Amino acid sequence: MELLPTTWFIAIAVLWTGYLFLEGFDLGVGMLMKLFARDNTERRVLLNTIGPVWDGNEVWLLTAAGATFAAFPLWYASLFSALYLPLLLVLVALIFRAVAFEYRGKVDTERWRNTWDWAIAVGSFVASFGVGATLALSTTGLPLDANGDRDGGPFSWFSGYALLGGFAVAGFALLHALAFLALKTDGEVRHRARRWFVRLLPVLLLPMAGWAISVQLLSGEPWTLAALVLAVVAAVAAWFLARKGSEGRAFLATGVFLLGGAASIFGAVFPVVLPSTIDPAFNLTVANASSSDYTLGLMSIVACVGLPLVIAYQAWTYWVFRRRVSAAHIPEAHSFLPAIAAKALIRND
Amino acid sequence: MEALEIARWQFGITTVYHFMMVPLTIGLGLVVAVIQTIWYRTGNPAYLRMTKFWGKLFLINFIMGVATGIVQEFQFGMAWSEYSRFVGDVFGAPLALEALLAFFVESTFLGLWIFGWKQLKKGVHLACLWIAVIGSFFSAYFIIVANSWMQHPVGVDMVDGRPVMTDAWAVFTNNTALVAVPHTLFGALAVAGGFLLGIAWYHLWRRRRDGIDTVGADGKVIAGSADIPGRDRTDHTVWIRSLRIGAVVAMISFAGTALTGDLQGKLMFEQQPMKMAAAEAACHDGTGFSVLSVGNIGSRNCDDIVALIEVPGILSYLAKGDFTTEVKGVNSLLDQYKADYGTHLPDNPIYGERAGQEIEYVPVMEVTYWGFRMMIGFGGVAALAALLALWVTRSGTVPESRWLMRLAVFGILAPFGANAAGWIFTEMGRQPFVVAPNPDLNGIDQVFMFTAAAVSPGVSAGEILTSLIVLTTIYAVLLVVEVKLLVKYVRGGVVSAMPELVSAPVDENEDATPGPGGPGKAGTADDVLAFAY
Repeated sequence: MELLPTTWFIAIAVLWTGYLFLEGFDLGVGMLMKLFARDNTERRVLLNTIGPVWDGNEVWLLTAAGATFAAFPLWYASLFSALYLPLLLVLVALIFRAVAFEYRGKVDTERWRNTWDWAIAVGSFVASFGVGATLALSTTGLPLDANGDRDGGPFSWFSGYALLGGFAVAGFALLHALAFLALKTDGEVRHRARRWFVRLLPVLLLPMAGWAISVQLLSGEPWTLAALVLAVVAAVAAWFLARKGSEGRAFLATGVFLLGGAASIFGAVFPVVLPSTIDPAFNLTVANASSSDYTLGLMSIVACVGLPLVIAYQAWTYWVFRRRVSAAHIPEAHSFLPAIAAKALIRND
Repeated sequence: MEALEIARWQFGITTVYHFMMVPLTIGLGLVVAVIQTIWYRTGNPAYLRMTKFWGKLFLINFIMGVATGIVQEFQFGMAWSEYSRFVGDVFGAPLALEALLAFFVESTFLGLWIFGWKQLKKGVHLACLWIAVIGSFFSAYFIIVANSWMQHPVGVDMVDGRPVMTDAWAVFTNNTALVAVPHTLFGALAVAGGFLLGIAWYHLWRRRRDGIDTVGADGKVIAGSADIPGRDRTDHTVWIRSLRIGAVVAMISFAGTALTGDLQGKLMFEQQPMKMAAAEAACHDGTGFSVLSVGNIGSRNCDDIVALIEVPGILSYLAKGDFTTEVKGVNSLLDQYKADYGTHLPDNPIYGERAGQEIEYVPVMEVTYWGFRMMIGFGGVAALAALLALWVTRSGTVPESRWLMRLAVFGILAPFGANAAGWIFTEMGRQPFVVAPNPDLNGIDQVFMFTAAAVSPGVSAGEILTSLIVLTTIYAVLLVVEVKLLVKYVRGGVVSAMPELVSAPVDENEDATPGPGGPGKAGTADDVLAFAY
């Protein structure tokens, strides 16, 4: 086994898991803008719970993609070019979502807000679905030729696993967001989020469990099966914890579910990073897709310093904004008097 | 058009667009951090208002840089998979480090700054902004390290036909990057300077038009006050100081871009002589700098080009620092490039249908020639305008002329133009290579890649055309939205960023001395966070 490439495979799995854990709830909150929130005040409660952190969460995606480029250029090149159109959709969704967060409150009309609310909700769904489909296809295979290029037309990547992975991440994001809202808000939103969490948990986690089970069937090992069992236990625990009102623990338990699920999926695929459905000889593996040991060594040193630092200051951010947000806190929408106002009021002294 | 052409258009459009938002983010971020520092030190309420107002515009623009930045990272793999495979070992690392060491810092600490006005102590809150700004500098550094490797590949060995990093120090201290980073940062500051100058001019002009400020017999401004929230005397201070800061920043940054640009030019004459010859549209070896050359549009044959006005010696100075050394023209370089890198694309599958085509070593000279001159021209005009603006406003306000005001506002675009022109020049001038070979002794001559080999072989022209249309349309719509919002918030003046000026006119002294509870105390029950959304 090759030490550095394996380490970086684990590192990339960790980055994706970190991304799904963190941006998972802000993608879910985005979807809940239309599914859950009942009026503008509730929408602003939702938005402000993720306001200070969503951009930092999204950087996990950039880091996961950048680390894949640096550590496994052939994996990055094949995966991203094969999934050209789905990733275009993800990009469009992320663009609209980001801009919508910032611009939604900048004009005080119902129509303006409603437009951006849809951008947030649909953008969050499409982004999570697309990321899920991408990861699922990376674990179940794409029609790649000997050079690692996609064979067939623009849609030859499609398989049922794309849908499964898409629903898996979108479903997890929704559930994780409900746990997050129960933890981060107060009043009506908090209680409703908890009720929804308990009611929807089985259906929202089912696709991710399905994805993990399919990967086990393709190439599972005893320890990855154990990780999957851990994930299921965590899901059951999350349900009981939420029901008895332990919001913090329920949130952590959905996190453990993700951790177990991700470990079982990435672990089962290893050492393949991107299977070819045309011929197993064309599989991209940890060994044949990676960068040189020199590059990986350099990146390891930087990551050993950088990643703990990132986790520390992001944790601090959550600590600074640890207080629950409720509808009662939301200030009036600010419609400023344009300074262009009448000249009549002028006083010279 | 085939996939390669479309992919190039897409990369060009999305990158130039992204780089309209980025320099404003970098430059304005630094300016806001300095302004907030002055407020923190002096407690002067004018500087709090400036922080809030310019900070609001900064954020409206920042988000567009974030949103369009993700496209940049993804499209290397999506549209340029062969490029990604070729350079991944050395090019991926600076991108990954940019995310890990710069983007995280920028986004996390900016989130703290936006939402933490009440939650954080004043000093910590200010530090968050500084950390975010420094993060944006690092981001610029890492991405330019990556770009500079395409201009001047260093620190690698060729193994199995691919460059493999052997010397990270050489990659991260590439001399091309070390001069390009300050050049880019000064270019970003020039954008911020013009932005402050134009907008502050507009507000001073409006205060005069509305009769709030007048000019006394001694020619000095008499700042007045209107019974409109935010339009008091402090407001005058806000704009005149903003204007002066903007003008000074614009002039300093032009000097900075000129000095670093000169160093960059001298390096480029060594590293990519063809790019610089094409910047001059110079056919033959010589010493003269062309002020105006004309020729057949679209012709790559430089014998069609006639230099109408030429200043002898200047080209030698730009290239070598003296006035006599002959600088090689396109014709002699062309022979050298053909001898070194071949006349036709090799018969290799990575070139697809382009294998065997003749290689065009001369970049599109209308672009390189005019790009180079527009970069310098726009930058110089902006700096000169800033100097004139300082002189004209020495009375403490601006003239009543509506046309001058419009000129100042539209002048905001000049530094943007200079930035875009500079990048288009340097990237188009690199063609036909995506990784340019370097004939000098420091570079590794045989490390290069033709752009023709870089595009994704498995992706169809239709797919790339789809993304080109989709992205361009969305970018156009969002540009309109961004500009409209900026205009709205600019027109609204300081109150647009400080609703508290309307609801409860602030006791101006409160800012100078710690308010009730003091600056260090954690917020009250209602201060969950600063509700920015």
